[in-house]
Amino acid sequence: MTNSWTDIRNTDLVVVMGGNAAEAHPCGFKWVTEAKAHRGAKLIVVDPRFTRTASVADYYAPIRQGSDIAFLLGVINYCIQNDRVQWEYTKAFTNASFIVKEGFSYSDGLFSGYDEEKRDYDRTSWDYEMGEDGFARVDETLQHPRCVWNLLKQHVSVFTPEMVQRICGTPQDKFLHVAQMISECSTPTKTMTSMYALGWTQHSHGSQNIRAMAMLQLILGNIGVRGGGMNALRGHSNIQGLTDMGLMSHLLTGYLNMPTEAETDYATYMKSRQFKPLRPGQTSYWQNYPKFMVSFQKAMWGEAATAENDWCYDYLSKLDVPSYDILRMFELMNQGRVNGYICQGFNPLMAFPDRGKSTSALSKLKFLVTMDPLETETSRFWENHGEYNDVNPASIRTEVIQLPTSCFAEDEGSLTNSGRWLQWFWPAATPPGEARNDVWIMSQIFLRMRELYRKEGGAFPDPIFNLSWQYEDPNQPTPEELAKEINGRALVDLTDPADPSKVLVQAGKQVVNFSQLRDDGSTMSGCWIYSGCFNEAGNNMARRGTEDPDGVGVYPNWTFAWPLNRRTLYNRASADLQGKPWDPSRKLLEWNGTQWTGYDVPDIAPTARPDQVMPFIMNQEGSSRLFTRGMMRDGPFPAHMEPFESPVPNVLNPRMRGNPVARIFESDVARFGNSEEFPFAATSYRLTEHFHYWTKHNRVNAALQPEFFVEISHELAAMRGITGGGWVRVWSKRGSVKAKAVVTRRIQPLHCDGGRVVHVVGIPIHWGFTGAARKGFNANTLSPFVGDANIETPGFKAFLVNIEPTTPPGVVS
Amino acid sequence: MNVELSRRSLLKVAGAGVAATSVTAMGFGEAEAAVAAHVRPFKLVNTTETRNTCTYCSVACGVILYSRGDVRKGEHAELLHVEGDADHPTNLGTLCPKGAALKDFVKSETRLRYPMLRRPGSDRFERISWDQALDRIARLMKDDRDANFIARNQAGVTVNRWTTTGMLAASATTNETAWTTFKVAKTLGIVGFDNQARV
Amino acid sequence: MSGTMAEQPRTAVSNPPVRALAANFGPQDLLRRSATSSLPAPQRQLTAVAKLIDVSKCIGCKACQSACVEWNDTNPAIGVNTGVYENPHDLTEDMFTLMRFSEWVNPETNNLEWLIRKDGCMHCADPGCLKACPAPGAIVQYTNGIVDFIHDNCIGCGYCVKGCPFNIPRISRADHRAYKCTLCSDRVAVGQGPACAKACPTQAIVFGTKEDMTRHAQERITDLKSRGFANAGLYDPPGVGGTHVMYVLHHADQPGIYSGLPENPRISPLVETWKGMTKYVGLAVMGFAAVGSLMHGIFGRANRVSREDEENAEKLVEGRPVPPPDSEERPG
Repeated sequence: MTNSWTDIRNTDLVVVMGGNAAEAHPCGFKWVTEAKAHRGAKLIVVDPRFTRTASVADYYAPIRQGSDIAFLLGVINYCIQNDRVQWEYTKAFTNASFIVKEGFSYSDGLFSGYDEEKRDYDRTSWDYEMGEDGFARVDETLQHPRCVWNLLKQHVSVFTPEMVQRICGTPQDKFLHVAQMISECSTPTKTMTSMYALGWTQHSHGSQNIRAMAMLQLILGNIGVRGGGMNALRGHSNIQGLTDMGLMSHLLTGYLNMPTEAETDYATYMKSRQFKPLRPGQTSYWQNYPKFMVSFQKAMWGEAATAENDWCYDYLSKLDVPSYDILRMFELMNQGRVNGYICQGFNPLMAFPDRGKSTSALSKLKFLVTMDPLETETSRFWENHGEYNDVNPASIRTEVIQLPTSCFAEDEGSLTNSGRWLQWFWPAATPPGEARNDVWIMSQIFLRMRELYRKEGGAFPDPIFNLSWQYEDPNQPTPEELAKEINGRALVDLTDPADPSKVLVQAGKQVVNFSQLRDDGSTMSGCWIYSGCFNEAGNNMARRGTEDPDGVGVYPNWTFAWPLNRRTLYNRASADLQGKPWDPSRKLLEWNGTQWTGYDVPDIAPTARPDQVMPFIMNQEGSSRLFTRGMMRDGPFPAHMEPFESPVPNVLNPRMRGNPVARIFESDVARFGNSEEFPFAATSYRLTEHFHYWTKHNRVNAALQPEFFVEISHELAAMRGITGGGWVRVWSKRGSVKAKAVVTRRIQPLHCDGGRVVHVVGIPIHWGFTGAARKGFNANTLSPFVGDANIETPGFKAFLVNIEPTTPPGVVS
Repeated sequence: MNVELSRRSLLKVAGAGVAATSVTAMGFGEAEAAVAAHVRPFKLVNTTETRNTCTYCSVACGVILYSRGDVRKGEHAELLHVEGDADHPTNLGTLCPKGAALKDFVKSETRLRYPMLRRPGSDRFERISWDQALDRIARLMKDDRDANFIARNQAGVTVNRWTTTGMLAASATTNETAWTTFKVAKTLGIVGFDNQARV
Repeated sequence: MSGTMAEQPRTAVSNPPVRALAANFGPQDLLRRSATSSLPAPQRQLTAVAKLIDVSKCIGCKACQSACVEWNDTNPAIGVNTGVYENPHDLTEDMFTLMRFSEWVNPETNNLEWLIRKDGCMHCADPGCLKACPAPGAIVQYTNGIVDFIHDNCIGCGYCVKGCPFNIPRISRADHRAYKCTLCSDRVAVGQGPACAKACPTQAIVFGTKEDMTRHAQERITDLKSRGFANAGLYDPPGVGGTHVMYVLHHADQPGIYSGLPENPRISPLVETWKGMTKYVGLAVMGFAAVGSLMHGIFGRANRVSREDEENAEKLVEGRPVPPPDSEERPG
C-alpha cells in the first residue's frame, strides 16, 4: 500500500477491482464504511461476481475475469477524451512530457521488437530520446508526437465503451457510469483510492493490471495524497515483511537485487544500479545503493567482509535465470532435478497451481522437511485419502520430516502490515507438546550443518563459517537481538565528514536510521529500509502512541512504518509546485518557505525546494512513469492480453494467446485446454469465513463454511441440469473435482464480442484432506501452471473448465 | 393457575434429575424467591492480558490474548480467549470471523506436537526426537549440497548456486524469524528460495 | 464478584476488564420474571440499552457468529453446504445469531441487492417468550431491556419458541433447555458491549443506550436516503413494545425481503391471555413442542394432547415461520 489502512477514511471514492476487500480484509474495509458514513464517499465494485463487497457498494459493474486492462485503459481513454485529467499534477509529476525514441510502436496487440521464436521482446526501442547533455529530452507543451502523453493517448484510443463491452462483457451504460464516477476525481479536491489484491496479481499479465490502475491514478493526481494511492491489500500477516526482508529468489533485503552471473564482480554489479538522474537537479535515491549493499554484506558476514574481497561479493549466489521462483522449482522438481525441499509454514500442495503436477513433483524428492504449527496436506502428500488424495504411499520414496512449530500466540517479534507498519507483539501461551519456534529450528539446522562442515569439510564452506552469528545464545537468538541487527549499528566511531573531530555515532551503537549507513564497511544493517525500527531510542516497533493530530489518520507514534516512519509514500506529491496542498482540507505536507512541514515524514529532503525536486525520488526521472521504458517484459504500457485459457479470442489479435512473453514450460503446453472442450470461464478465490488452508483446522470457521462448493448462475445451472445444493463435477485439462453447487443471481452470464455468452464458474479454495472442516477438493487441481511475465505469480483467476451434475465423492455413478 | 401447574411439573423435573441442582437443592417454597436471576460470571477475571497481532491477513489487527498463567514470568500459560484491541488504530477492537476465532486456531486438534518422520514408501508418520530430526536434516542437506553445489559456471565465473534443495519461507513468521531464515538459506547458496508473495 | 461496580456500557468499543468488578445489574433489577405473579417492583430503572444492526453496513462476514461462539463457549456442529451461504442453516442452541442471506432484485432499478441480515433475539420490550414461559424464573427481563434465559430454571417445554414472534429460541437436544442470545448479559454487567458488536468489522452492529442508538440510526437513515434509499428506516416494531435489538433497513417499508423479518410482529393473543387460559390449552402447546418421551414422562398424565389442543396450539403459533428443522449432523 502506498497509504495506510487508516488513511482510507480520507477518500471520496473507493474502487475495489481485482480484489474483494470486504471479504478478505474486513477490518481494513471498516475504513471504507467510515469514509462512506462520514465523508459521503462512494464505493464502486467491478468484479465477475457480485461479492460481499458489492453488497455494500454504491455501484457494481460486472467484468469478465482477465480483461481488466481493457476496462482500465477504457477509463483512461474516457478521462482523456473528456478532459478529466489533473493537468498540473500530470505535467509536473509524471513522465508525460518525456520524448520516446523513434522506432517505438504498437500494433496488433504487440509492441515493437517482438520475437515470436523467443517469446520475448527486444526492448531497446522502448526508451527515451536522450539529449546531448546526458538528460532525457522532454516537451513540456506535450505537443511532440512521440512524447509519452501523445503515445498514451493513441494507445488507449481503441478502448471505447463499445470495445470495453466487446472485451469485458461490461454493459456500456455500466462502464460509462463507472468511468464518469472515476473521472470526477480528476479535480484536486476529490480523491479516489484503489484497493486491489490477488484478483489483479494472479494473472499472466498481473503486473500490467496494476500498472493500468496506477497510470489512471497518476493522471487523476491521486498518488501521494490523503485518501488516494495504490493500495495492494496483502494476504499473509507478514507477507510484506518477508518481501521487504528479501526472502525471494531474486532479492536481497530492502529490494537490493541478487546478482546475476553476468555481474561477475562487485563493480559490475554496482555499475548498473547507481542510477544517475535523467533530469537536471533531480534526486535519484538509488545512488545510495552501495551504502545499503555494503552494510548488508557486513550484517551477513561481519569481519570477513572487507573492501579487499569486495565485501564478500563472491559469497552471494549469482543467478543464471531471472529467478528460481516457485513454478520453476516445481518444474525442476518434476523433472527430477530437485532432491530436497523445506516448507516453512507453507502448504504448496494446496497453494500452487496444477496440483497433479505438484504431487508428482513432491514424489520425486529425496527429502521433504515441513515446519508448521498445523497439519498440512503437503506434509501428508504421500498419504491416501481416497478421491481427495488418490496416491499410493508405497510408490512414493520421499522421506518426510514434519517439525512442529509455535504459532503467533506463543511467539514474539514484529510483523509488517500491508501499510508498512512494523508492529511488535508479545507471547501469551506455552506451545503444545514439543513445538519450538522457527528461529530455534533454523539456528539448529545452521549450527549442525556448520559443525558437519567443520568436521568433514565440503563444498565451499566459507560463507557458512563466516556467517555472522553473534548471539548471546547461538542456539536461540532473541527477537531483540535480531531486530537490532536488522536496524544496524556503527562498527567503528562514525565521524562527521565535515568535522572529523565530531563523533556522530559511537562504535557499537545503533544507527538512528539508514541515513547514517556508509559504504566503507563502518556500518552494518540487515535491511536498510527497516533501519530506524530499533535504534538507541529503543524498540520503535513497540511504540503504542494512539494520538492522531487533527484526526488525519496518520498515527505517527503508533509502532514504526518503513521507510523512516513515513506513513504515505510519495507524500511530496500531495502538494503543488509551490508546495501548497492540492486540497487544503486534506493537507499532508506543506512547504513553509524553507522546509516541508505537516503530518507525515516528507519523502524528499526536508529542505528540497518544491519547484525543483520532484516527488518520485526512487525513479531516475524524479517523476512517475506512465511509460516504463524497458523495465517490464511485456510492454512499456499495459496492453490488452487474454488469459492463456480464454473463452474468447483476443479481439486485437486473434492469433495471440495469453501474454506473448509469459514463460511456459514445455511440459505444460499440452496441459492447456481450449474453449471447445472447456467452455466456461473459471476463477478461484477466498471466502471471508476462511483463511487459506488454515482455518479449516478451526472448529468455528469450519462450522461457518463447512464444505467445498462452486458458484454458478441460474442460467448455467439450467443449461447443465444442475440444482443448488447438488453435487457437480468440475474439470479442466489438468484435473477434476467434485463440489456442492451454489446457484446464484450473484453470477450472471456476460455478453462479449459477437454475442458470445460467457458463463463464469466461481471456485473458492479453502478445503483439503486435513483439519476440522469436511474433506474436500481444491481449486488448484484445475488451475494452470503459468505465471505473470514479470514476477511469476501463478494465474489462478482466469482459466477454463467444464461442469456437469454428478454423484457425491466416494459414490460410483 | 399455570404457575401452580408449572411448579408441580417443576418438582417432577427436579425429581427426574434434569433440572439444575439449584432447584433440586432448594425447598420449593423458597425457589421462587431464591432462584436468582443471574448472569454468567465474567470469564476473563484474573487472566493475563497480552498484546499481539492477528496471524492471518495483513490488515494486522491488534488483538489481546487472555491466558491463565504468564509466559513472561516463566509460567505455563494456557490461552483462554482472544479479543480485538480497542486501542489499535486500524481495527479499533473489531475482528473478522477468522480473527474472532483465533483461539481455536491455537488450540486446534490438528496442532502439531512432536517431530515426525515418514520413511520412504511408508504409509505412516512415526514420532522421533528433535535431535534425530535435526541431525537427519543437517545430514541430508549437507550431502545434497556437497554433491550438487555449483561453485563456478562454464565460463569460470564464481556463481555459488545450490539449486537441488529449495526452501519456502513462511509469511506468517516475524521479521526477526525471516532474518534468521534469510541468513541461513542465502549463506548456504539456496537459490530456489521463495515465500507466499506470489500466491 | 466484588470490588468496584462496573459502569453501564455506552459502547462496544472497549477492552474488557480482567479484575473482578461487581455487576452493574442483577436480580434486583428485574422488570419481569416468567410465571411469577409476585415480583417486587425494581428499586431503580436502569438506562435502556440497545444493539443497533445497520443492514446497509453489514458485509455478511459472520464475525458476529464467530465472536458469539467464542464468547459463549458454544460448539456449533460442522454441517454441510446446501447451496446457500447460511451456516449453520438455522439458529441452534449452539448458534445464537445467524447471518441470513437473500438475493433480491429491486424492481425499481432491476439491480440485484444482496440483503444480509443478522438474525437473533430482538430483546423485545414486551417479550412473548417470557410471557409464554410456564417455568418460574426461566426467563427474566431486566429494566435495561435485556431478556435473558436462566437455564437452571428452564424445563425445556418449548413455550418460549412458540411465544416468540421472531422464532428465535432453540431447545437443546442435549440438555433439553432453551437457548438464545443473552445480549451478552455477562459482558453488559461489567460495562462491556456484546461480543458481536465488539467484533463487527464495519461496526454495522453497534451498542449503547437505546436513546443513543436511536439517534445514531437517524444519522444512518439520512445517509441512506441521500444515496437513493427513499424508504430507509428504523425497525423497532411497536407491536412488541419496541425492541432492544433494532435494525436500520434500506427498505424499511418491506421488512419481509430481509429473509422474512416480520412486518408487524406481535405476541399471539393466545399468549397475551395466557393466564386466563385453561391448563389444557397450555398443555397442548407443551405437547406440541414436547421434546421426546422424557418430557411426556415428566409432565405425566396431564400431558395428553387432544386433536383440538393441537389445533389450538397451531393457532398460537400461526403466522410465524415454521419451527426449526432437525439440527445438523454433529462432528464425528
